[in-house]
Amino acid sequence: MKVSLFITCLGDVFYVNAGKSAVELLEHLGCEVDFPETQTCCGQPAYNSGYHRETKEVAKHMIEVMEDADYVVGISGSCVYMIHEYMHLFEEDSKWRDRAIALKEKSYELTQFIVDVLNIEDVGASYQAIATYHTSCHMTRLLGVQEAPFKLLEKVKGLELVDLPNRQDCCGFGGTFAVKMSNISEQMVDEKVDHIEETKANLLLGADGSCLMNIGGRISRRDKQVEVKHIAEILNSRGDR
Amino acid sequence: MPMQIGEKEFKQRVTKGLDDNFMRGAVRSAQGRLQNNRASAADELGDWEDWRTLGKEIRQHTIEHLDYYLHQLSEKVAELGGNVFFAETAEEANEYVKNVVKSKNAKKIAKSKSMVTEEISMNEALEELGCDVVETDLGEYILQMDDHDPPSHIVAPALHKNKEQIRDVFRDKLGYEKTEKPEELALFAREKLREEFLSAEVGITGCNFAVAESGSFALVTNEGNARMVTTLPETQITVMGMERIVPGWEELDIVVSLLTRAAVGQKLTSYITALTGPKQSEEGDGPEEFHLVIVDNGRSKILGTEFQEALHCIRCAACINVCPVYRHVGGHAYGSIYPGPIGAVLSPLLSDYDEYKDLPYASSLCGACTEVCPVKIPLHEQLIAHRRNIIEEDKKGSLAEKVAMKGFGQMAGSANLYQMATKMAPILSTPFSSKNQIRKGLGPLKHWTESRDFPKPANESFRSWFKQRNKRGVQHDVRKH
Ligand code: SF4
Repeated sequence: MKVSLFITCLGDVFYVNAGKSAVELLEHLGCEVDFPETQTCCGQPAYNSGYHRETKEVAKHMIEVMEDADYVVGISGSCVYMIHEYMHLFEEDSKWRDRAIALKEKSYELTQFIVDVLNIEDVGASYQAIATYHTSCHMTRLLGVQEAPFKLLEKVKGLELVDLPNRQDCCGFGGTFAVKMSNISEQMVDEKVDHIEETKANLLLGADGSCLMNIGGRISRRDKQVEVKHIAEILNSRGDR
Repeated sequence: MPMQIGEKEFKQRVTKGLDDNFMRGAVRSAQGRLQNNRASAADELGDWEDWRTLGKEIRQHTIEHLDYYLHQLSEKVAELGGNVFFAETAEEANEYVKNVVKSKNAKKIAKSKSMVTEEISMNEALEELGCDVVETDLGEYILQMDDHDPPSHIVAPALHKNKEQIRDVFRDKLGYEKTEKPEELALFAREKLREEFLSAEVGITGCNFAVAESGSFALVTNEGNARMVTTLPETQITVMGMERIVPGWEELDIVVSLLTRAAVGQKLTSYITALTGPKQSEEGDGPEEFHLVIVDNGRSKILGTEFQEALHCIRCAACINVCPVYRHVGGHAYGSIYPGPIGAVLSPLLSDYDEYKDLPYASSLCGACTEVCPVKIPLHEQLIAHRRNIIEEDKKGSLAEKVAMKGFGQMAGSANLYQMATKMAPILSTPFSSKNQIRKGLGPLKHWTESRDFPKPANESFRSWFKQRNKRGVQHDVRKH
């Protein structure tokens, strides 16, 4: 199966290990992975801030870059959801709208792709840790991927998964919200870090770089001893190195 | 604007909210309770998603044919001997009500809970006439006794107060001497209110839903006070927002089920009062005279726009009860009597962006509101639509942001510029970072790093790693398995 990886901005620049792990993991699962080099950002920062004209340009570019893929697999639920939203930008332009819909239909978040398309739940990973998992809002509520990450994590040998209390609560990221309304955002992320602490987990996992950057940034500021990793890094750990 | 409350500046209101630990404790515990109750009431009903779809369809149909149903309603009310008045503005509505009150020479008015009368500041208008207006809903009564503290929630107006604070209000204003036990407080208020009911000459109610086919009005309350307001005084005035209507009793049944479950997690609230016109000759009780005031006050200008769905709202407050922003800042921070997600959508529509330009941004777009709304209003999408309007139509975005976003559009729309920017990231941020975290950021990062560290860009980007890897020819055989 041929897969084009959608790395996202944060994945390209900050969470490089998540992308590397995703490549190796998908190859391990039998996929051929390519990386369309001209891909950029999904456009979400502009979209959520109300700059839809600018977003349209970004969307057109991403459609052009990605539409020849068999499957597009992204390492962030929120950014994949943005691709799914492109069609709404082109309500009055049926040609672009159709192309946006075609792209939507083959775009998946990583765990969703593994569980729903590859039909695999046990990726053969092993990792020693007590972990808790942050369900990010856009991925869970809007993209609708709820079970896939848990199905995969439950099969990871050595991993003890602890429920995160109030896991449906937003971590307070919200893109520009974290900057524009930073004092409210701080209260939200603080509450999240408190809940993570309650679990006594030493590892926080998630499938969205932006939330992990937010929660991780607060964990680091509060000097908490909790490691933060992208789910792909754990799923790609097989104890053989 | 009449619905405006509190300080002028959003930032000041937010800071005040964040600093108020009593309020935050009260809101946190109320939210927790209401969320759990709602979830179990929804489970108990079964097929909650089907119910929501049905609720949405009913609201959509009604609002699409609003003129038809309002006409039907007013014909029915007139047939039953009631008077109907369409008020385009708050002032018109208040003038009409004042005239009725004047013609009755009434001095005492008993009210049951109503958001629309808050919206148009009807109490103040009547007090100007020298009337004594008594709120009979327990929450509203508490606020009224506390020197007209504004409501912070659309179903539980005094949600921001804990029981000790309520006890203090009663003690200071009414000479209450007992404890902060909720039952004792409620009993005390009931006794006080009973005296008021008996002497009121005019009763004013809001309206949860008008039933077009029969000219009836349904009022949902926890305390049964609406029943008293509609039976004891001789003259009754019902004030409704023009969208608060359903075609018939069958639809009423469904939306009331959704309302009570979504609002407080009850199958039914303790009292649902239905009232149909003035007392008919064969009836034993009810008002001699009945007036219906249908308030537009900015609603009709929402019809036919992308925000029409906001008029589907049944004011259950479920979106408010799940909202994390509301949890931390409280209702007053919104500066509108309509707080929370629905308030952030509705307030700029009923008023304007000048007054409420901050509210659409007071959301992390987590979508919890959209997920829970019993009539499926896409609340977070409406907030994005507001943002788009503010930027593209009202041209009210900040210049710096506009320049940044334009730059962003160009950069993310072009592979070359984008790659250049990602290459620059580690170089630009190196001087400010310690280890792998940036503790003090510049520009837009400044606010971020006030409370969080920011990761340092990796030395090698993913894309250059991938390129190198391909060059080395490491591909599918990297890992034998
Ligand atoms: S928007 Fe939906 S959830 Fe919020 S108050 Fe209205 S009906 Fe209830």
